[in-house]
Parts: sequence; structure tokens; C-alpha cells
Amino acid sequence: MIPGDTPLQIGSHSFDSRLFVGTGKYATFSQMREAVDVSETECVTVAVRRINMGPGESLLDFLDTERITLLPNTAGCFNADDAVRTARLAREALDSELVKLEVLADETTLLPDPLATLAAAEALVADGFTVLAYTNDDPIIARRLEEIGVAAVMPLGAPIGSGLGILNPRNIIAIKRAASVPVIVDAGVGTASDVTVAMELGVDGVLLNTGIAAADQPVRMALAMKHAWMAGRAAWLAGRMPARELAMPSSPTTGMINAS
Amino acid sequence: MAGPPVQVTLNGESRDFPAETSVSELLTEVAPQGGRCAVEINRSIVPRSRHCEHTLQDGDVIEVVTFVGGG
Repeated sequence: MIPGDTPLQIGSHSFDSRLFVGTGKYATFSQMREAVDVSETECVTVAVRRINMGPGESLLDFLDTERITLLPNTAGCFNADDAVRTARLAREALDSELVKLEVLADETTLLPDPLATLAAAEALVADGFTVLAYTNDDPIIARRLEEIGVAAVMPLGAPIGSGLGILNPRNIIAIKRAASVPVIVDAGVGTASDVTVAMELGVDGVLLNTGIAAADQPVRMALAMKHAWMAGRAAWLAGRMPARELAMPSSPTTGMINAS
Repeated sequence: MAGPPVQVTLNGESRDFPAETSVSELLTEVAPQGGRCAVEINRSIVPRSRHCEHTLQDGDVIEVVTFVGGG
């Protein structure tokens, strides 16, 4: 946590780190564990899938759940019913009311389906879930999700896995300005500066997966991401200088020796 | 004396189990290392508290899920 800052509060959960990390796409479970540890995240996303009926390692063997909160997602769901069903299965398996709600419109764009997301959010909130809702960068959809009672809105920076960064910063600012629940940018982060840019917009956190897992050196990138969120958050709290059209000297303009 | 085996669909595949197989017994085969998982039969979650009592029926469509890596 940045000195003087407050922890990020989501439902009954409190996080000092404002970085959330996904556990998918790593070369090995060991690499995933190392990246997660180095990032110092306190919350990772996990997906819900059919059990692999055979011997072998399992993801949860590589996560210290004493220290790290698991956030199940509804990835792979393309309608509200499947998302609700998946969230309920996750809750049964984990005894946790937390869910990252994702309802995607199609497999090509991987963009969230706003109408299905609203419907699923309504059902899950009514069923007692603490819903973190993945959405597009539309301030109106974000407002509707908040009205429904989600615990956090998660606008995308860019499409999932694209690494294009924060494509629409003005909309992210608008979402944050209007929100009274935490705003966590999720998806599209490609490198450390994208995380810093997001945090400097004033959002409450950033979630990323591919930006770390698909880097040439994921563990090194995880370290970069840790510094990136802290730099962005501290800069936001510090209050940046106003941008100016014209230059202004940084050294005194008096007391100079005679010019030649 | 137990009845004939039951035929179910388990995670998309057709399987036979002895009559009176409970969900707990199913899991000892399907998830031998234990770990976090959830069981859904015919679109209805069978809570952990009922795993010992709930027995598989002929025609059941069963999903057993766990957590994997994801973003």
C-alpha cells in the first residue's frame, strides 16, 4: 500500500495491493506461482472447468490461499444463465461469495455482452454474491451495473489478450467520476506503463493476465507490474502538475552572469 | 441386494456406475486427490453436505468442476 493511502475495499475484502493477476496462459504452474509471488498481488482470478480425471498437479496446489484471495471468473460463458450457473458452482467449490462476472458476446471479439451482463449481475446480486462485473468502457452500462448492486465495476482497457493498453481513457475517467463502488480496469493491459496510465486516471485497481503471462520473461514483467501500479497510484495521490501549452523555466531567470 | 448399474453422462462422457453409488464415492474415483470441486446433477448443484447421501440415478447428467488457470 502507498503510505497514507487506504486499502482497496471490495465487499468484505480488503486489499493493500491494487494489482489483480490472472492465473491463465503460463508455461507452467511454477512460473505462475513465481509471477504471482513477485507481483505481490493479494487476489488472483481462476476459471471454473470440468475436472481433469487423471493424475497430475492442480492449480490450487500452487497458490497460497492463506495470503491470496481467489476470485473465480465466469469466463467462457456467452449467456447470463451459464454465467449464473458457473458462479454458483464456484461458490459451492470455494465457499466464497466473490465472483468476477464475465459474459462475452462472441469468441472473436471477446467483448462483454452488456445486456447479458446486466441480467446476470441482477440474478447474482439477488443470490447474495459479491459481484465484480467485467464490462466495456461505457459509462452508462457502468452506472446501470452499480444501480443493480455490484461491488465493483471492471471496465476494459482494450479487448482481452490484445495488449493494446487503455484505448479510451476519457471514458474510464467518466466511469470513475460517476462511480461510488471501486473501479478496476480489467483486460487489454500489455505492459507496465499501461498499468501506470490506468492508475493515474484515478481508478482503484487493475487486473491483468496476458500482459504478464505472454511476456518474454513473465516473472520479470510481474515485478514491473508491481512497480507500475504503485507509481501510478502514488502519482494520482500526489496530484500531477497542470499540463501547459508553453514552456516555463525550472531554473531562476535572475542573477545570471552577463551574457556574452 | 443392489440393482443394475446406472448409466450416466459424466463431464460429457457416458459412464456406468454400480447402483447406489453416492456422490462421495463418485468423487473418490474422479477427484482422488480431493481438492476444491463442485458437483452438479441435472443442472442442480448437490451441496457438499449431501454428497454421502445423494446417489446417482440412471440418466443423470453430471458435471464435476474445479478451478483452473484463467484471467
